[in-house]
Amino acid sequence: MSKVRVLVGTRKGAFVLEADGQRKKWNVSGPHFAGWEVYHVKGSPAHPERLFASQTSGWFGQIIQRSDDGGKTWHQPGTPPGEPQKPPSGISKGESNKFAYDASPETGKPLTTHQWYDGSQRPWEFKRVWHLEPSLGDPNTVYAGVEDAALFRSTDGGENWKELSGLRGHGTGPRWQPGGGGLCLHTIIEDPKNPKRIFVAISSAGAFRTDDAGTTWKPVNRGLRSDYIPDPNAEIGHCVHRIALHPSRPNVLFMQKHWDVLRSDDAGDSWKEVSGNLPSDFGFVIDVNSNEPETIYVVPIKSDSEHFPPDGKLRVYRSRSGGNEWEGLTKGLPQRDCYVNVLRDAMAVDSLDKCGVYFGTTGGQVYVSADAGDTWEPIVRDLPPVLSVEVQTLQ
Amino acid sequence: MIRVVLPYHLRTLAKVGNEVALDVRGAVTQRAVLDALEAAYPMLRGTIRDHTTRERRAFIRFFACQQDLSHESPDARLPDDVAAGKEPLLVIGAIAGG
Repeated sequence: MSKVRVLVGTRKGAFVLEADGQRKKWNVSGPHFAGWEVYHVKGSPAHPERLFASQTSGWFGQIIQRSDDGGKTWHQPGTPPGEPQKPPSGISKGESNKFAYDASPETGKPLTTHQWYDGSQRPWEFKRVWHLEPSLGDPNTVYAGVEDAALFRSTDGGENWKELSGLRGHGTGPRWQPGGGGLCLHTIIEDPKNPKRIFVAISSAGAFRTDDAGTTWKPVNRGLRSDYIPDPNAEIGHCVHRIALHPSRPNVLFMQKHWDVLRSDDAGDSWKEVSGNLPSDFGFVIDVNSNEPETIYVVPIKSDSEHFPPDGKLRVYRSRSGGNEWEGLTKGLPQRDCYVNVLRDAMAVDSLDKCGVYFGTTGGQVYVSADAGDTWEPIVRDLPPVLSVEVQTLQ
Repeated sequence: MIRVVLPYHLRTLAKVGNEVALDVRGAVTQRAVLDALEAAYPMLRGTIRDHTTRERRAFIRFFACQQDLSHESPDARLPDDVAAGKEPLLVIGAIAGG
């Protein structure tokens, strides 16, 4: 029988929530890495028992954790279970949290500064890993989106990381500037039909695409309009919050931008707004029903100044037409006095029939709908603020 | 043996108790002690000082023998009582925020 494993990152640790395919009775484990911020936890599609977690702290910096048994035990890659204290090779280990920007004379020399909030230039400085994206096909390959924005890749299960510096180096890097949450690369999507194509998104630079497995990149922001930048139609500078696609149609992308919900039918070459009748088109999350490629979900947030649901009502909005026409989904969600936020990495879908939809809030609730959004119930109510939610569908 | 006391979150990361004992060869300096600590517990690399520059992370402090040694040269000798194993070197996560 199928089962699901929900991976939750919070301000104070990670949690693993498991249930069978009915998605009614849940087993909760955690907190893992208690007291640390866990920005993201995600499983490998190629080896579902392998999970990666981004553990971070303002005091102690970045840690990468890996589990090879579905979250029961964890270790920092390179310091495997059973030999954490007296490694025979000593100093050669412990590189799994080293994210060094490419500063080589050949490829990294021009990549020195980005724009700061006040318009001045500032050196790139690694702060944390926002998002870990395990490769679709290789359990040892995983991508990391970091702040200050850059893309790293490990091909040895997270033991060592190398920057794909063509992204920062493609030409617009010095004009990227941080959004309210920092200059972060938060979205990484491999094209399931074209292994050389990857999409990423950066706040607040925009969306980018490579068609040569990460060597060269180009902005894919045509059609985005952002009135908060000097040229609203600029090539870069857009605060993209999240992009999602359905694996059967990787040329069709859906985007939740700072303001506006958009879609692209040509792999990001052009975008059109599909906000339609949403009560607010500001928000962070967006996802696609695993069984219906034209069914998408967002959680409207009142505004960029007031990060909570309109009217104190927590509503997921669903479009069955790929945008423009939206219906509010409220059954089981609080419809009064609710002032939580749903952050950009905090929604996921499983691949069961019916599609399960999951999201976490800054109030510590993780909600599930086992019927594609028609009804909702909380799996847990009182976690620390939720930063990310992912789900694995397991046989 | 040199005694080092780690902050709570680094103890859980390294899976050690309140205090670790390290064999440090040569002059007992901050750098020598941290090199020995990271060799014995590689999971701590990057958590106390930067991987590349080897500079102390901003919110880490080093105390010993009622002194704040955080701004001392990493190559300055630590107090005699630390070198003799009578007193520990304290690695502290600075109190910050509210």
